[in-house]
Amino acid sequence: MKREKIAHIFITAFSAIIAVVFLIPLVWMIGVAFSEPSFQMTFLPKTKFTLDNFKYVWKAVPFARYYANTLTVVLLTFVIQFFTSTLAGYALAVMDFKGKGLVFVIIFMQLIIPNDALIIPNFLTRSKLGVIDTKLAIILPFLGSALAIFLLRQHFKSVPKALFEAAMLDGANTWQVIWKVYSPCAKPAYMSFAVISVSYHWNNYLWPLIVTNAPSNRTLTVGLAIFAKSKEANMQWANVCAATFIIILPLLIAFFIMQKQFIESFVGAGVK
Amino acid sequence: MKAPEFTGFDNFIKLAQTPLFWKVIGNTAFWALLTVIPSMIVGLGLAILINRKTKLLSFLRVSYFYPVVLPMIAVASIWSFIYMANNGLVDQTLIKLGLEPLLALSKKDTVLPALAGMYVWKEAGYLMVFFLSGLQAISPEVMEAAKIDGSRGLHLFRHITFPLLGPTFLFVSSVEFTNCFKLVDHVMIMTEGAPNNASTLLLYYIYQQGFTNFNYGTSSALSVIMLVTLLIVSIPRFFRQDKKVHYN
Repeated sequence: MKREKIAHIFITAFSAIIAVVFLIPLVWMIGVAFSEPSFQMTFLPKTKFTLDNFKYVWKAVPFARYYANTLTVVLLTFVIQFFTSTLAGYALAVMDFKGKGLVFVIIFMQLIIPNDALIIPNFLTRSKLGVIDTKLAIILPFLGSALAIFLLRQHFKSVPKALFEAAMLDGANTWQVIWKVYSPCAKPAYMSFAVISVSYHWNNYLWPLIVTNAPSNRTLTVGLAIFAKSKEANMQWANVCAATFIIILPLLIAFFIMQKQFIESFVGAGVK
Repeated sequence: MKAPEFTGFDNFIKLAQTPLFWKVIGNTAFWALLTVIPSMIVGLGLAILINRKTKLLSFLRVSYFYPVVLPMIAVASIWSFIYMANNGLVDQTLIKLGLEPLLALSKKDTVLPALAGMYVWKEAGYLMVFFLSGLQAISPEVMEAAKIDGSRGLHLFRHITFPLLGPTFLFVSSVEFTNCFKLVDHVMIMTEGAPNNASTLLLYYIYQQGFTNFNYGTSSALSVIMLVTLLIVSIPRFFRQDKKVHYN
């Protein structure tokens, strides 16, 4: 018994050390972001606390603009996906129509094929449509979400038929049945796909980079990458760390508040 | 832009004759090896650490998982300073200890392992959660029975836990193979394929061919190769449901 207790303390201490190791990059970054620039890197900040890096970065980079762009893209994408995926999920779960199996297979295939493998054809289509360098171009490939359709279909399938029939008897039409009966039953599915969708589009880099040129359409990730690689940022890690901090803060806060929801959503999706 | 013309397998034949193409395939295979197995090992280790009763649980879970939530762009910006030659965190620490600086990102032998180190840090927490649910699905009776038979520690892990995690391993390796191919944000920020294309991965090569060289034929042929690879590695994912029987 005593041996097991010692083992328990030992393993707990070990797991805490590993946790600290995992935290080093974040803590170090925050430390650098709030201290004066120095030429050599140290684990612990040597200078006193300062907000100068943030002031500089906020002036040098149009972060307010990038924030607005990212928020627009993220929210608009989510709202559209919410709408289209609910309708598609309902059709696949409840309705009967010719070619349903085929439609399902086509949507399902999209789950396997990551968007990143399709950057070339997606870009060529967007440039034929003449929407390159607009926020619309960033959103266009994501108007539907196979993942959301899949999750919603599963939820809708478990809604008892009796509810559907009762609503029909009360004179509700299909539209009302979808939004008043089915949709409220699928709250967990909406939550988990909201987390996935928002964090995916907040973090996405390659696609927005490809389809935007003007600063007025760039998202946060693209803006950060351009700043981090620019001449002014060379060797200026204090500024880059401050910029990085500005970008990850909302997501980190959301994660700390809703850690269980985040972890469950990421894993429930099985795809990122 | 010229209208595309049907050329049969021309693009693929041209690729096969390009030495850089084979280098990229080699890099990508090496990258998969460097990331998939280590992040699975670390992920399983983390899962074992949090699959216990401890007051620290919430702290541990947040610390292990938070890198998953961060954008790769942000992670790469931070880690490029950690790995920066001479002045970076790693090299400064080595110099202070009286050792040679590593110059990790500037040497062709260390660049991919260094990127993989960062990648494992970012990805392990994600895999941890799959392993955790795998571990928790093992029935307590089986564990009890094995313990009564005198199985402890490593023996118990090797002969009971490990085999019972089989389906989880299959699923996680499939997830991880898919993930490791589809992200190149770190290559774009930290190395841009340098030194001498030692860190050019398939998706980055696609991007370069398409958007730096405007070689849409080549980059589309590469996309097809990537797509086929991804389809193959994602097959095991869809056997997950059937394999669940194994747990009970």
